[in-house]
Amino acid sequence: MWILRIDMKELSYKLEDVPERYRLLYGRALTSQMIFDEVPPLCHALGPNNKLVFSAGIVTSTSAPTSARVSVGCKSPLTGGIKEANAGTSWAPDLASMRIRALVIEGFPEQGEKYWGTFISWDKDAGKPKVEFFDATGYTGQDVYDTFPKIYERFEGRISICSVGNAGEKSYGNSGIVFNDQAKRPSRYAGRGGVGAVLASKRLKFIILNEKGSPGVDIVDKPLFDEGRKKMIDAIRSHAISKPKGGLNSYGTAVLVNILNEAGGLPTRNFSSGRFEGAAKTAGEAIFETNKERMGKEIYNHACSPGCIIQCSNTYYNTDKTERTSCIEYESTWSLGANLGIDDLDDIATMVQLCNAYGLDTIETGGTLGVAMEAGVIPFGDSKGAINLIHEMGKGTPLGRILGSGTETTGKAFGVRRVPTVKGQSMPAYEPRAVKGIGITYATTTMGADHTAGYTIAPEILGVSGKSDPLSPEGKAELSRAFQATTAFIDSSGHCLFIAFPILDIASGFEGFIQECNGVLGTNWTAADIVAYGANVLKVERAFNEAAGIKAEADRLPEFMRLEPLPPHNQVFDVPDSALDAVFKEM
Amino acid sequence: MRVSGGDATMKVKVRLFANLRDYVPEAKIGTTLEVDLREGALVKDLVDHYQLPAELVKLVYVNAIYREMDFQLRDGDEVGIFPPIGGG
Ligand code: SF4
Repeated sequence: MWILRIDMKELSYKLEDVPERYRLLYGRALTSQMIFDEVPPLCHALGPNNKLVFSAGIVTSTSAPTSARVSVGCKSPLTGGIKEANAGTSWAPDLASMRIRALVIEGFPEQGEKYWGTFISWDKDAGKPKVEFFDATGYTGQDVYDTFPKIYERFEGRISICSVGNAGEKSYGNSGIVFNDQAKRPSRYAGRGGVGAVLASKRLKFIILNEKGSPGVDIVDKPLFDEGRKKMIDAIRSHAISKPKGGLNSYGTAVLVNILNEAGGLPTRNFSSGRFEGAAKTAGEAIFETNKERMGKEIYNHACSPGCIIQCSNTYYNTDKTERTSCIEYESTWSLGANLGIDDLDDIATMVQLCNAYGLDTIETGGTLGVAMEAGVIPFGDSKGAINLIHEMGKGTPLGRILGSGTETTGKAFGVRRVPTVKGQSMPAYEPRAVKGIGITYATTTMGADHTAGYTIAPEILGVSGKSDPLSPEGKAELSRAFQATTAFIDSSGHCLFIAFPILDIASGFEGFIQECNGVLGTNWTAADIVAYGANVLKVERAFNEAAGIKAEADRLPEFMRLEPLPPHNQVFDVPDSALDAVFKEM
Repeated sequence: MRVSGGDATMKVKVRLFANLRDYVPEAKIGTTLEVDLREGALVKDLVDHYQLPAELVKLVYVNAIYREMDFQLRDGDEVGIFPPIGGG
C-alpha cells in the first residue's frame, strides 16, 4: 500500500510506502492523523499549507456489505478546526483497489487562474498507480450535472469521479466535494465544513480513477473475514430498519421527519419550535406515495455505492416521470423544509438538486436560509424566494457570497441573534432542547455541530440500543462519548454509518463487524479495542483543534438555546457545562 | 369509531406512520384520526383497536412523550405510532 502525494505546485506526484505507525490507520483515523501530523494548525485553510487527505476504510473494496465509504480530511475553512467528511461512492473502493491508502493533495499551482484534473490509473507494467494531469480550466464555472457527462465521455472504461462545484470555486465555507453515484450522478457529497473550497484552492477540479487491472486489497485471514461478513449480512437483512423493503429501503432517511415531529424535536422556522404543521408533507412516506402516484408503481430505494445491501437512496420523480432529484435525505428535506417553514416537496426537491448542482451542503444551506428568513431577507415559507437565494449563492452575487459563507457569517451580516451553529458549523435536524444527548454531541464533537459524530438519536428517539428519555440530561455525557468513539471507528472501517442500526441491536452483527476488520488486518481486536481506537481518533482531532485555538470553551451551544424555551416541551438546553466538559475529560 | 367495553368514553387523536398506514386505509398522509375509547384505555388497547401487528409497533409518542404499551391514555391525547425506523 502507498501514500500517493500530488503536489499541485509542481504538478508532480510521488508514491511513498505506508509508514509503520500508520499500518492500522484507515479512513477517518488516517485522514485525521495525517492532518495532525502535516498541517500547521494555525495555517489559513485556503492557503498553501493546508492539505487534503483522502482515505478509504479498512474493509472498503472487499466484499463486506455497505462499505464503500471514503473519508476526506483537511483543516476546515468553515470551523477553523479539523474536518472529516465522508461519502459512499464507487470512487472509494477504486482508490483502495489501487492500494492507495491515502491520497494527499498539497501545494498551490503558480498560475492561480488555471484549474487541473488528474487521472489516476493502474500501471500494469510497473505494478503501481500512475497519475496524469490535464488542463480542466474549461470545466469550471459550470453545473456539475453538465461537467460529469463530459468527463465520462472523455475518459474510456469504467471511471469514478471526484470533483468540486461553483461553491468550492468561489471559496465558500459552504462547499462540498462531490463523487459519482452508481448511475453516474454527481450526487454523493462529502458535504460538510467547506472541503470543496479546499480542493478548489489547490486548483484541482477533478480526481478521476480507473482501477482496471489493479490488484485489490489483501485479506490476512480470509475465513475469519468471511465469517464476519456473513454475520453482518444476516444482521442487516433481518433488522426491520435495514432489511430489504424495510424502513430505509422503502422510505429513505426522510422517514425520520414524522417521528422527530411527534417527539417535538423537529427544528422549525430557524429553531423557534420543535414542531412543524407541514411535516408530514415533507417526509419519507410522502416521497414514497408521490413517486407511487406519479410512476404508477411502488419505487424502492437504491444503493449509492457498490455493495450496499441497505439501499436507502431515493429518486424523486416529476409528474411526467422524469427525474427531479436524487436523493432527498432527511437532513435535506428538513433543512430546506421545516427549518424554512416550507412544505412543498417539489420545491424542496428542486432545492436539493440546486445544492448538488452548485456544490453546496444542504444542511449548511438550509441553516443559512433559515437565518436569512429570520432577518427578513425573504419570509418563512417562501419556497420560490429560497430557490432564488440558492441561485444567488451558485452564481456568486454579493448577497449569494454572504450566504455561501455559511450560517454563522450570515447571522453576523444580518444582525441575527438566533444562529444555530457550533464552532461555525450549522446544526442538523435534531433540536437539542428536545433531545439533550444530541445537543451534547453537537457541542463537543471536534467537527462543529454534526449529528453523525455521535448519533444518540438511536436510543433517545428511535429505541435502537435501548430507550432513553430524550428530555433528560442524565447520563447523556457518557452516552455521547460512547457514540462518538464508536462512530470514529465506524468512520475508519469504511462501513456506512447506517450499519449501526442492525449491529447495535443484534449482537452477532456487532461481532461480525469486528471479525471483518480483524480478518482484513490480522488483528485480534475486541469490542473494547475498537472503542479505544475510536477514542484515540477523537483525541488526535481534539489536539489539532486545541492547537488551532479551538478549546473546551468552544464546546457550547449558542446562548439562545439556554434562554428560549422551545415549544412544545417548553424546555431550554439544561445540560450543565461540567457535563459537556466531561465528554472529553473522561475519555 | 367506537371501542366497546365501558360506559364512559373519551376521544383520542391518532397518527400512524410508515408501513403501519397499510393496516388502516383511512390513515392517509397528514391525516389525524379520531377514535373513541373507553375511559382508562391503555396504549395497548389503541393498538389492538386498529389490529396493528404487535411486532410492527415499536414506538409510541403521546403528546410528544415516548410511552410504553401500558400507559393510560386520557381524553384529548395525541398519539403517534411508529414501526421500527431509522435514518440520519
Ligand atoms: S445505506 Fe444508504 S447511504 Fe449508506 S451506503 Fe447504502 S445507500 Fe449509501
